[in-house]
Amino acid sequence: MRAIDYVYAARAKGRCTGIDYIRNIFTDFIELHGDRRFGDDKAVVGGLARFGNMTVTVIAIEKGQDTKSRVERNFGSAHPEGYRKALRLMKQAEKFRRPVVCFVDTSGAYCGIGAEERGQGQAIAENLQEMMMLKTPIVSVLVGEGGSGGALALAVANEVWMLEKAVYSVISPEGCASILYKDPGMAEKAAENLRLTADDMLEFGVVEKVILESLSDSPFHIIKNELMATLPRLCAMSGEELAEQRYNRYRKLGLIKS
Amino acid sequence: MFQFKKPHNELELIMKQGKKRIPHVPDEMFVCCPSCKTAILKDELLENANVCIKCGYHFYINARLRIHNTADKGSFTETDPEMQSENVLGFPDYEKKLTQAKLASSEAEAVITGFCTIEGNPCALFVMEGSFMMGSMGTVVGEKITRLFEAATERGLPVVGFTVSGGARMQEGILSLMQMAKTSGAVARHSRAGLLYITVLTNPTTGGVTASFAMEGDIILSEPDALICFAGPRVIAQTTRQKLPQGFQKAEFLLEKGFIDAIICRQDIRKTLGKLLMMHR
Repeated sequence: MRAIDYVYAARAKGRCTGIDYIRNIFTDFIELHGDRRFGDDKAVVGGLARFGNMTVTVIAIEKGQDTKSRVERNFGSAHPEGYRKALRLMKQAEKFRRPVVCFVDTSGAYCGIGAEERGQGQAIAENLQEMMMLKTPIVSVLVGEGGSGGALALAVANEVWMLEKAVYSVISPEGCASILYKDPGMAEKAAENLRLTADDMLEFGVVEKVILESLSDSPFHIIKNELMATLPRLCAMSGEELAEQRYNRYRKLGLIKS
Repeated sequence: MFQFKKPHNELELIMKQGKKRIPHVPDEMFVCCPSCKTAILKDELLENANVCIKCGYHFYINARLRIHNTADKGSFTETDPEMQSENVLGFPDYEKKLTQAKLASSEAEAVITGFCTIEGNPCALFVMEGSFMMGSMGTVVGEKITRLFEAATERGLPVVGFTVSGGARMQEGILSLMQMAKTSGAVARHSRAGLLYITVLTNPTTGGVTASFAMEGDIILSEPDALICFAGPRVIAQTTRQKLPQGFQKAEFLLEKGFIDAIICRQDIRKTLGKLLMMHR
C-alpha cells in the first residue's frame, strides 16, 4: 500500500467510528453532554462506561455513520466546546480516579468563524497542558484520521495506540501538496514525504502499539485485551508517577543534536 | 527604427538627462508604511523600534533587535545558540530551505532563548524569529523552548516569550506536532511551580504555536493589529464560504472575545513587562 492508500483507508466511509468502539469494547455507556460554558459539541461523544469491574471515562471524536449524522456531527471536526467538554470529563475522571480512554478520528479541528471566535487555539492548548498533568491514566487510540492539533488535543496520553490503517499527521497530504507543490493533486507524493502511517509512528516512538486490522480477530477484541492488560498496570501507578511518565514520553520525541 | 536603450550606469543616465541632475536617494533608504503610505527613513524607523512614526503601524522586527529593545543592556545571555535542525524525515528540499533560512535571518533557528533582566527583574526570555522559515516550529524550536522552561523552573524564574509563527513546521511532520505537547508539558510544570509566564503575541501568531505555548501564558499581551489565529483567514473563508467579520482574528478582535489580556504598543512593552515582573516578585 502507498502512503496515500492508508490515508484513503483511514477516511473510508464504511470504517468503524468512535461510537462503534465505545459500544463494542465497554458496557453500560452513559453519555454526558456539554462544556458548561457554551454548548454541546456533537463531534465529541463522551461519558461513563464499565470495563469489567472498572468504571472508565470514555471520549471519542465521532464522524457520523450516514449522511444525516455526518452533518450533525460536523464530519468529526470539533469546535472549542468539543475540546472543553472532553476536558471537563477528563478532570472529572481525575477527581474520581477513573482511567480515561479516548478514540481519535478527525480530519482536524473545525476551521470556522465561531470556532475562532470561541478560541479554538486556546481550547487545544489548554487540553495539552491539562492532559499532561492529569493524575489519572490516559490511553488514546487513533482509529482513523489523526488530524493534527485537533487530534493531539485528545491524544496526550500515557500510551497512544493506533489502528493499522489509521494515519497521523501535522497536515493533510492535500494541504501539504498545496503548499509545497502548489497543486493539491500531488497529495500522493506529499503523503510519502510526510511519513504518516502507523508503522512510521511506531518507528518515531509516537505510538506504543499498532492494532492490526487484517487479522481474523476484530480490532474491538484486540483493543479490549490490550486495555485489560494495560489499565490495571496504569491504575497501580500514583497520580504523580502517571504525570511524570507522560511528561517523559513526549520529552524524548524528536531528534536533537546536543 | 526607434531603439530604446537602457542606460548602462548611473553616469550614463545623468548625462542622458542633461545638465539638470536629479538627485536621488537609493530605494533602500526609505520604507513606505503599508498603513498610512508615508515614506519613512529607515534609520528613523529603526530608532522607533520599527514602528511607523506617523501612524504607529508595527513593522516586522527581528528577534535580536527585539531582545536589544526589551532586555536591560548587556544582561542577555543566550542558551543553546548552536542547536540546528536535521532532516529526520528525509523531507525533500528541507536542507536547502534550512540553508536559505539561515542566510535570510542570520540565525541558526526560529527561536532565540536565554536569560536576562528586564528593568532589573531577572527572567527567562524567548523570542521567535519570523524570517526563519516563517517562525515555524520544528523539533529544535520545541526543544529550545522546553529546555528554557525547565531551566526557569529549576531556577525559580518567570518566563517572558515573544511569539511569531506560521505554525508547526511541515518538513518535520508528526515530530513538529509532538512539540506542541512537549512544550505544553514544560509550561505546565513551570506553572505548577507557581511561576509567572507572560506571552507577547506578535504578527502573525498562528497554527500549532497558537494552539500550544502561545496561549498558555498567565498573562497574554499582544502588539496592535497582530493576526492571531489557529486556522488562517483564507482557510476559514474557504471552509465556510462566508464573508469574514471586520477585523477578524486581529488582536483587537481577540481582546473583545476575551482571549488576550491587553494590547500594548511596542514602545511600551518593556515598561509593561518590567512592571508585571516586579509585581510577581
